[in-house]
Amino acid sequence: MPDVAVVGFAQAPNVRSTPGTTNGVEMLVPIFAEVFERTGLSKEDIGFWCSGSSDYLAGRAFSFIAAVDAIGAFPPIHESHVEMDAAWALYEAWLKIRMGEVDTALVYGFGKSSAGQLRRVLTLQMDPYVVAPLWPDSVSIAGIQARLGLESGLWSEKDLAEVAARSRADAAGNPAAQLSGTVEVAELLDAPYFADPLRAHDIAPITDGAAVLVLASAERAADLVDSPAVITGIEHRVDSPALGVRDLTKSPSTAAAGRALDLDGVEVAELHAPFTHQELILREALGLGDQVRINPSGGVLTGNPMFSAGLARIGEAANRVLDGTARKTLAHATSGPVLQQNLVATLEVLS
Amino acid sequence: MADLAGKSRTCFTQDVSAPELPLSAPLNVGFDYTRSVGPVLGRFVDALRERRVEGVRGSDGRVHVPPLEYDPVTAEALSEFVPVASEGEIVSWSWIAEPVDGQPLSRPFAWALIRLDGADTSILHAVDAGTPSNVHTGQRVRIRWAEETVGHIRDIAYFVPADGPDTEPTEAPPPVAKREEGAPVSVVITPIHLRYEHSASPEESRYLRGLAEGKLIGQRCPSCEKVYIPPRGACPTDGVPTTDEVELPDTGIVTTFCIVNVPFLGQKIKPPYVAAYILLDGADIAFLHLVLGCDAADVRMGMRVRASWKPRDEWWTSLENIGHFEPTGEPDAPYESFAHHL
Ligand SMILES: [Zn+2]
Repeated sequence: MPDVAVVGFAQAPNVRSTPGTTNGVEMLVPIFAEVFERTGLSKEDIGFWCSGSSDYLAGRAFSFIAAVDAIGAFPPIHESHVEMDAAWALYEAWLKIRMGEVDTALVYGFGKSSAGQLRRVLTLQMDPYVVAPLWPDSVSIAGIQARLGLESGLWSEKDLAEVAARSRADAAGNPAAQLSGTVEVAELLDAPYFADPLRAHDIAPITDGAAVLVLASAERAADLVDSPAVITGIEHRVDSPALGVRDLTKSPSTAAAGRALDLDGVEVAELHAPFTHQELILREALGLGDQVRINPSGGVLTGNPMFSAGLARIGEAANRVLDGTARKTLAHATSGPVLQQNLVATLEVLS
Repeated sequence: MADLAGKSRTCFTQDVSAPELPLSAPLNVGFDYTRSVGPVLGRFVDALRERRVEGVRGSDGRVHVPPLEYDPVTAEALSEFVPVASEGEIVSWSWIAEPVDGQPLSRPFAWALIRLDGADTSILHAVDAGTPSNVHTGQRVRIRWAEETVGHIRDIAYFVPADGPDTEPTEAPPPVAKREEGAPVSVVITPIHLRYEHSASPEESRYLRGLAEGKLIGQRCPSCEKVYIPPRGACPTDGVPTTDEVELPDTGIVTTFCIVNVPFLGQKIKPPYVAAYILLDGADIAFLHLVLGCDAADVRMGMRVRASWKPRDEWWTSLENIGHFEPTGEPDAPYESFAHHL
């Protein structure tokens, strides 16, 4: 089976709100053009298209259909969609190439979180019988998870603030980031709680955004870019949707996905952690030591475009390989409440 | 969520202070989700209706509350029900200072995972505790039942400290459970309502603002030169935004149509009537509208039609300004002239 490589990645600026439509067209058209320019490909060269987005985020049925206009889908194209983060759309595209059906694929994700009330919209990811009818919001659920770790001594409020401060400092080098800059940990800890025990800095911002990533078979990739970022492993697992069954201070599904991969020699990891404590859970689940550089992009604490943020982690991890700053990187994406579903991939220069 | 569309309503208003911004308007969608409960959740909600809580025993012996239909580890179907207490302790919690729509209380409260006595896993629910200083992990809490129980998770209104009195509920949307009197619950209904600020694209906004002045504004794709009305955020052939403005006449042809004979919820016109695709003269895409002013049986593909506008004082940023299209009496357009638009 052919290896699959990332040959191009682009993302729209992560912003608190855009005046555009919920179908993402305004955000997608420019970044499609950007990856085509970077790879020298045109839409006619793309064998398979796959996207991730959500009708609930858009507030309209079949919202992803309208986004297809951004492609210029005539003559008809080979297209698919997942109602999850577009990292899972990437998985579907990866399979298409592995199976030899196509040798290029374009994956995109988009979301206008600002259109609705995000933490309430996300309630509808939860069990529809005994959880969602109570309308628990995503931030409160994460707060329950954070307290479990705080009270059992796994992490402190200072540990969480340090994650936030490092993320914002790193985001200074990321032109797409929504938040960035130098902040003192002590200053962060002086802020009031937003959802005790979480403060604003513990919570990823509400972000509108989109991302696009181009995959090619390793053979085709060699013609397109100097050092393709080959996906040497990709795994995804899921934990029980029943919140009270899981030990919420751990991520068994991330650990299981990581165990199925060879993580030796990973230099950089892009982790999809929408809450500060979730970065600590993920690092532990993946066994990432201090030698691994975490989220040099700033991560989703500095910009969290729903349904493309996980894909963007893969894009950022691929970029470190594409630009030669790392030989092996790890990307993680999550979907669902409190790290329910997790995808882990490794990307490498193939010598 | 296809069903949501039927209940949505969008009303665009123009913000004159910022004429360049796309039009936007509140969009509220809602739907009462009707779900079959099945044997496990059915028994759980049935018990709630009688102010009792039942869990289910997992393959490892743990008692799950709320019950799980399948074991989270072995995926084995679970069916051994175990009664548990309506009192237990807080495993973890967070504080919500400003509750959002639909939550169990509209005053500040704690969300908590609560392990009921006799259970091994925990249930997520609200705790009415007044202030965060009144909540702690390990705290004993008990169920504050709803005034009327119907067989739904919201029969548990929320929890209160075990040694405290019942507090008064704040208003919450009513869940419904359909059943014959005394019969087990087979279905639960949960109303889901979401609010959005919906934005039209810049191209659609030009079109909608045009309608408010009685103009039909299409836009031309700079690449393939096709004229779209309503204009598109991107040409579906070329993937580039349509840009050049084209004012179109209010005459055109019927490309295809159907005669609506079936009455349905929300219908504004008495059947039979004709819903047709209208291709305006100079446009490359047809849009859906009504053809009235003649017998439904006389409507034909290729028939020439003209817009029948409502009185000017009823115009707004909507295609509703055209009440319907009606025949002009001119000769029909030949099939070949519109075959490629079908
Ligand atoms: Zn075009």
